[in-house]
Amino acid sequence: MDRGRIRVLVAKPGLDGHDRGAKVIARALRDAGMEVIYTGLRQTPEMIAAAALQEDVDAVGVSILSGAHNTLCPRIVSLLREQGMNDCLVVLGGIVPQEDIPKLKEQGVAEIFLPGTSTQDIVRFLRENVRPRE
Amino acid sequence: MLEIKEASFEKHGEEAGEERSPKASSKSLTERKPSFQTVSLEEVNRLYTQADIARLDVDRDLSFPGHFPYTRGIHATGYRGKLWTMRQFAGFGTPEQTNARFKYLMREGQTGLSVAYDLPALMGYDADSPLSEGEVGKCGVAVSSLADMEALFDGIPLEDVTVSQTINAPASIFLAMYLVVAEKQGADWKKISGTLQNDILKEYIAQKEWIYPIRSAMKLVVDTFEFCTKDVPRYNPVSVSGYHIREAGATALQELAFTLRDGIEYVNWGVRAGLDIERFVPRISFFFNAHNDFFEEIAKYRAARRIWARVMRDHFGAKNERTMQLRFHTQTAGVSLTVQQPVNNIVRVAIQALAGVLGGTQSLHTDAYDEALALPTDKAALIALRTQQIIAEETGVANAVDPLGGSYFIEALTQKMEDGARAYFDRIDAMGGMVEAVEKGFPQREIQESAYQYQKALERGDQTIVGVNKYAMQDEPQEVPTLVIDESVRSHQIERLEQTKARRDNGSVVKALDNLRKAAEHAENTMSATIEAVRAYATLGEICSALRDVYGVYEEPAI
Repeated sequence: MDRGRIRVLVAKPGLDGHDRGAKVIARALRDAGMEVIYTGLRQTPEMIAAAALQEDVDAVGVSILSGAHNTLCPRIVSLLREQGMNDCLVVLGGIVPQEDIPKLKEQGVAEIFLPGTSTQDIVRFLRENVRPRE
Repeated sequence: MLEIKEASFEKHGEEAGEERSPKASSKSLTERKPSFQTVSLEEVNRLYTQADIARLDVDRDLSFPGHFPYTRGIHATGYRGKLWTMRQFAGFGTPEQTNARFKYLMREGQTGLSVAYDLPALMGYDADSPLSEGEVGKCGVAVSSLADMEALFDGIPLEDVTVSQTINAPASIFLAMYLVVAEKQGADWKKISGTLQNDILKEYIAQKEWIYPIRSAMKLVVDTFEFCTKDVPRYNPVSVSGYHIREAGATALQELAFTLRDGIEYVNWGVRAGLDIERFVPRISFFFNAHNDFFEEIAKYRAARRIWARVMRDHFGAKNERTMQLRFHTQTAGVSLTVQQPVNNIVRVAIQALAGVLGGTQSLHTDAYDEALALPTDKAALIALRTQQIIAEETGVANAVDPLGGSYFIEALTQKMEDGARAYFDRIDAMGGMVEAVEKGFPQREIQESAYQYQKALERGDQTIVGVNKYAMQDEPQEVPTLVIDESVRSHQIERLEQTKARRDNGSVVKALDNLRKAAEHAENTMSATIEAVRAYATLGEICSALRDVYGVYEEPAI
């Protein structure tokens, strides 16, 4: 049965403007047949959660280079949950020290992709982990 | 000196004849892969010969080091006169923490300073802004007012040490803060040297830390040119940067072309404001990336000098040598560093740094091996500095000037770089200039496309990253300790901000900010009003807000 195309919000929170990764990922996900919405730069967690709801996405891909992930990611996850998006997958890509990873996962980030990750691995992860729609 | 006659080739066995005409013999020799490409995905031939540099006129195109067009360097003595400045980019946490790192690096033999500011500073927000949460002191040192700058340079004599500041959208404010700190130390502005990055064009193109709309931001840059020419004549008010353009995914050629065309744009704007090129252009400096492809990078630097000299002489009518000489800083490619097997990064950095040196850089930053994980620890920063010292003092590469000059391969690549850059100039000129090209999204789209093509080449295995898509290790041990910046930095910074605001004369702050708004509204030079505001301890956020009131903010077009 056709479950529909996976819809992903690629989000760039915080003050950082390094968007090479976000844009490469957005294009790779599109090439893999997903529907991708890119938020643009400097979105607050509130703006990201609102966009996720409005666009009815299956997953939010957060891109952070600046080291602000410990502040921003848990807030994005909890805002999504507060608005009832319990199945919406949150994944993170960027410069993230190893020691931060277990805590981020505990706080609801499904996976953390470090520099050097193949876009194909990200595509595979989303396909395998996005909850099928009713 | 390049007139090597056929007869001077010695024959080595049967294949020597074939080696001289590689095209004819390509079918008979087997090679590892069908084509060989640089990291910029440019095709490389098997062999370069006299035929590849047929257009090269040695006197016209190479000349000698210290002579037009400076392909071989701007100094006749190369590094025999003076080594490059070892200038490690550093900044994290509080001003006190970064001040300690500066002193540590200088004790260990570093010869210049370079400040990394945090993201709130780069975007013109104070530490107590809600938008600064989670970002204070993370990507660089936190600075919200003159009080922070005083702590940052405490015990560092600004008349003697040259300091480079990586700051762009709010650059004129940081220049003002720097000068006021120097003044309080008793330094003479006329003797101060150093560099302000202040390259706003590349922000719209690549790094994207902007505040105001592009034309207002360009006006602020021109204000600093005019002010420095008059009042701080030894200071470089701009460092035209290809580094970030490259990191965003550009090829070596795109980095070269967009950076030089940005430089030309600044000169055009300066000329239009009535400035004399012979006075302000000598203080325009450049900043390039040093990526993995060794020869391509060296060719890029050599081509940069040649193109700049020619454009300055032939297009702008420059007469003075200093106006035609391109001086540049180099930083090894942060984007090339890997999280996987991170100690390998030490080797990458050494080779990239060597390319910068063989390309004749005036100053150099070598990345620390742990920077794909976090900001560098003391130990990692020290190894990075030692890498430069080993290149400078052990390898002998600094003994002869432009040692690769005359290489068929290097000269052919240098020519190809020059031709390619000029083709980009033509396209950008046809759009009306670089500001117009950026407004149309042209360089942004070119870079995005290159970034994606490189990623695909990597995933096909056409490009190799050791430890990532080849020689990867399962269950690799994680042994690299990283620098942790905790949230106490923000509370420390907010505390100083509150103390500063309590101590200052708020009447002077309001008056200074009003004067700044007026200067901006009437398109006057904003520097003296900015200095007045800084002296009154107006904060960075307050000063940027005053300018936002007049200029508005930039909205990125959809690209």
